[in-house]
Amino acid sequence: MKVLTCLMLVLALAGCTRERRKPTDVAPSSARPEGSPESALQPGPTGTPPSAEPSAVALPAEGMPHAPYEQSAWAVSEGKRLYQWYNCVGCHANGGGGMGPPLMDDKWIYGSDPIKVHQSIVDGRPNGMPAFGGKIPDSQIWQLVAYVRSMSGLLPKDVRQTRSDHMSVRPSEQAMRPAKPKNEAGTPPSAERPG
Amino acid sequence: MTTLAKTGVRDTDLTAAELHAALERVWEPPSGFIGWFKNVFHKPISTRFIFAALGFFALGGVLALLMRLQLAMPENTLLSPDLYNQLFTVHGSTMMFLFAVPVMQAVGLYFVPLMVGTRNLAFPRLNTFGFFVYIIGGVLLWVALFLNIGPDTGWFSYVPLSGPEYSPGKRVDVWAQMITFTELSSLVAAVEIIVTVFKLRAPGMSLNRIPIFVWAQLVTSFMVIFAMPAVMLASAFLAMDRLVDTHFFNPAEGGDALLWQHLFWFFGHPEVYIIFIPATGIVSMLVQTFSRRPIVGYTAIVLSLIATAILGFGLWVHHMFATGLPQLGESFFTAASMLIAIPSGIQIFCWIATLWTGRLLVRTPLLFVAGFIFIFVLGGLTGVMQASVPIDLQVHDTFFVVAHFHYVLIGGAVFPLIGGLYYWFPKMTGRMMSESLGRVNFWIFFIGFNLTFFPMHQLGLAGMPRRVYTYLPQTGWGPLNFVSTIGAFVLSVAVIVFLLNAFVSYRTGALAGENPWGADSLDWSVPSPAPSYNFLYIPTVNSRTPLWTMEPAQPVVTGMRADILEVLVTELHDATPDHRHLLDGPSIWPFLTAVAFGIGVITAIFTAWGVTIGAVLCFITLAGWFWPAGQPIEDTAREAAPPLGERA
Amino acid sequence: MNLLERLQSLTERFAQSALETAGPQAERIAALWWLFFWVCTIIFVLVVAALVFALYRGRARSVEESSGPAVTLDSGREAGIHRKIFGLIVLTAIILFAFLLATEMTGRSLASLTSSGGVTIELTGYRWWWRARYLDPAPERIVVTANEIHIPVGKPVLINLYSRDVIHSLWVPELHGKRDLIPGHPNALWIQADRPGRYDGQCAEFCGQQHAHMRLIVIADPPDRFDAWLDAQRVTAQAPGDDTAKRGMEVFLTGSCALCHAIQGTDANGQVAPDLTHIASRATLAAGTLPNTPGHLAGWIVDPQHVKPGAAMPPNSLSAEDLQALLAYLKGLR
Repeated sequence: MKVLTCLMLVLALAGCTRERRKPTDVAPSSARPEGSPESALQPGPTGTPPSAEPSAVALPAEGMPHAPYEQSAWAVSEGKRLYQWYNCVGCHANGGGGMGPPLMDDKWIYGSDPIKVHQSIVDGRPNGMPAFGGKIPDSQIWQLVAYVRSMSGLLPKDVRQTRSDHMSVRPSEQAMRPAKPKNEAGTPPSAERPG
Repeated sequence: MTTLAKTGVRDTDLTAAELHAALERVWEPPSGFIGWFKNVFHKPISTRFIFAALGFFALGGVLALLMRLQLAMPENTLLSPDLYNQLFTVHGSTMMFLFAVPVMQAVGLYFVPLMVGTRNLAFPRLNTFGFFVYIIGGVLLWVALFLNIGPDTGWFSYVPLSGPEYSPGKRVDVWAQMITFTELSSLVAAVEIIVTVFKLRAPGMSLNRIPIFVWAQLVTSFMVIFAMPAVMLASAFLAMDRLVDTHFFNPAEGGDALLWQHLFWFFGHPEVYIIFIPATGIVSMLVQTFSRRPIVGYTAIVLSLIATAILGFGLWVHHMFATGLPQLGESFFTAASMLIAIPSGIQIFCWIATLWTGRLLVRTPLLFVAGFIFIFVLGGLTGVMQASVPIDLQVHDTFFVVAHFHYVLIGGAVFPLIGGLYYWFPKMTGRMMSESLGRVNFWIFFIGFNLTFFPMHQLGLAGMPRRVYTYLPQTGWGPLNFVSTIGAFVLSVAVIVFLLNAFVSYRTGALAGENPWGADSLDWSVPSPAPSYNFLYIPTVNSRTPLWTMEPAQPVVTGMRADILEVLVTELHDATPDHRHLLDGPSIWPFLTAVAFGIGVITAIFTAWGVTIGAVLCFITLAGWFWPAGQPIEDTAREAAPPLGERA
Repeated sequence: MNLLERLQSLTERFAQSALETAGPQAERIAALWWLFFWVCTIIFVLVVAALVFALYRGRARSVEESSGPAVTLDSGREAGIHRKIFGLIVLTAIILFAFLLATEMTGRSLASLTSSGGVTIELTGYRWWWRARYLDPAPERIVVTANEIHIPVGKPVLINLYSRDVIHSLWVPELHGKRDLIPGHPNALWIQADRPGRYDGQCAEFCGQQHAHMRLIVIADPPDRFDAWLDAQRVTAQAPGDDTAKRGMEVFLTGSCALCHAIQGTDANGQVAPDLTHIASRATLAAGTLPNTPGHLAGWIVDPQHVKPGAAMPPNSLSAEDLQALLAYLKGLR
């Protein structure tokens, strides 16, 4: 009985955080999480590619700023909405890329680490990626990070979005390669493209 | 068992006392903790069903109280919108799927074998399977609510709101799987009731002598068989849309949002009659008993039940008038919706005529019948109003509808149910319920109910939509909502009084004896509480009111085996004896199958592999269930019908 | 009758009532309602009277000993009862047929309340607000607004209904019944107001967390005032008047506002939230939830999640000066 009660409590805690619909925080959006380097830009081939990458599908440790977002299907779906709303689709399309690099493949120019993705959104990147820092709340940026990472399969399957209520924009399952993040040692495509 | 089978003890070899002892031994439920899971006898299983359903009723009622507290004042902040949405969804789903339908079926599973004069249901193990399926489904929903994974899109879960795009997470998956799962339990119960009524009736109980309650259960069971697959299909589609990216309900890819509504209401409207028809069956029994005369218009009532069942499938679109359908189609459904008032009218007139010409025994069950007629007529008339498309366009999805369906569901089903429980309590426990507490219970219930739900008619006309977690002060809806909230608490006092009465009477109530009300049906011919084997000898029947017309030398069936689980199978139409049939005994496999199926369904919420896992587990458990057990007892197989004889 | 009067006095206090009609559609529905109401009330009273009498009569003849039947059946008498029940059923069928006929006639008359060349509004439901577009053959004359529509008194107005997310339902009780907004199923509704005034409506199909706060205001104006309003809505936003307002415009354009909202005549062109070109001319904020006063507007901008938890608008941490400037700018958008 005691075991059962404990189990229920654990489940309750897990369920509570995973399904919580948390309204957007008032946190200032320019706040940068601990551990994110101040020298934000890592342009082109001369930049040092980030070394250690987290394993492909791993729950972020508790206490990390992105943890609650990456464990919540609701946050991911909010990220998806914001991705449309803030016109990320304008350049990145629905993940397949266009003017901007694709987001649903396994290539990460500036690293697939959530903190790096967050940094890309807050500060922008050379050759067209605008800075959203100071414009939108930090919680929304983390929701976007969670969604962007979910597109290339870096989030657990049970928080990822399944289909949309729109025309299917994803390539068929057979056409997709297994996603495993890797960093291009060579020139990032964005660096080659004319600005 | 096998050694006993060889001896082949027949009831003709024994005196009444010896027969009682022999049958007790054979029909005794398995004991011990594991035995609890192996039980396959209809009375203990139905008792569990009734307890569980009443438990869910109480839980759903607590949610209702919380919602009423939230709505008591404008812009109240007791509940967040997120929580409120979970509460009203779980309230509706619990009351419809875990209380109303199961409790009516449970009363049927308890009393149908007693009323038709047999010893158990036709498929005892299936019954146990159905019970555990139901419990697992119900617990799934409620555990999910406590884990903040409670579904939040309403008991009707309209797409696209409940689809993958607008309901991320696992909340709606839990709901969809729960529906598919618990409705299986309903289907199983329906099959059992149909076969029991068709094949296990006592000799002489031809189709035109079946008690009306049994008719109601039979008609309902057919409705279940046609209605539940529609919602199981819909919820399975929804689960597939959400879990494996199908596009059944995605308009952009050729799916359709209205498809869901058609499938859901093709089930959802008959569902109302699935709840209501057994309740009218209870009312007919009560009216007959307490009027001390055979009911007026037996044939008309039975035909109205059948007509209701058929028409009930032809008016689902009246839930969808606001979706903008072609006018001709709307007219058809308006006409069908109004037409269904006629069979209901026939029943009400027959009941009133019976009371009018009867010599009443005024007891608590009869008060509940009177309360039922008052409330149901009101709810039925507001139903006729909503059949009219223009009026429906105004009141659809408002508190007027909330008032209407609580009038027809609480008034039309819970009042008869409580009356029925007062009526059958002595048969189930051997003791009478307190009459004075019963009257207090009735009046609090009646007043509390009307205080809660009558103001909602006015609120709906004043523009208050359903499913709102709060409202603005300038709408002027505050005072009536406050009255309604007070009513809800009065109503809950009535439920507490009922439970108190049941509890106290169970311990200290007056002993009932065989037939305390002087009723006419076979269930009252056995001791109270009914013995495990129901009937010492399978009785015979010579009229619609067998106990009132029983001859002093009314024959009974003799020659039945007393050492195995044997029942008498009779012909469908005239119930002439056909052959003796050996029923399955206690087994753990139904429980294990339900668990295996439950594991599959719950795992499928998280990964599509759940289907595979569940299928393998189910295959194993079903193999265990159907594994041939020893040699068949040849004596029982298809033997000529036993002769009718005298009581020993 | 005292009770009825009190009920009526209750009715008059409601802001949006299906029985306090302001247009021909709602009026005809209300007439049908009162027909049903009175007939059903009479039926209800008769049935309950019969029930009470039956109980009274049966109780007077009651037998207290509880064994077996106490009534001897007389076949002639039973046949008489059956005949009476049959008569009542025929009567029921006749009443139902009359109801059906009345329903059909009302349905036809509702369908006939249309016109050609009137105002056409395209109303789109979003979670949890309404976008209204006044259609015009000339694209530059199209008016876009949100959560508040104006209609000319005495003229049928066609509202085309669309949804971009989940199912919503348009309901302005004083003007007409409901019509659902369903993705993939364009719908339409004709409404008409016969007297000037403000008529409150509300989404009537459950659409998620803030379903309760998805309201719509319909304002019926005399035709000349309506035309003036429409003309005023056609012009692009007023340029900020003073320095504070100029600063406010800058806050709007460079901050997060312009990511979602549009103001015609500026660079703000967000299409996912209400158009704010003439926000100061509207009566309410947040889809009919708050009155449009500077205080409420400030509260809404800073912490919308307090007013409508779950709404799409995020909180904004603006400095006091920026907020005042923004308010000054928005106040000028008449």
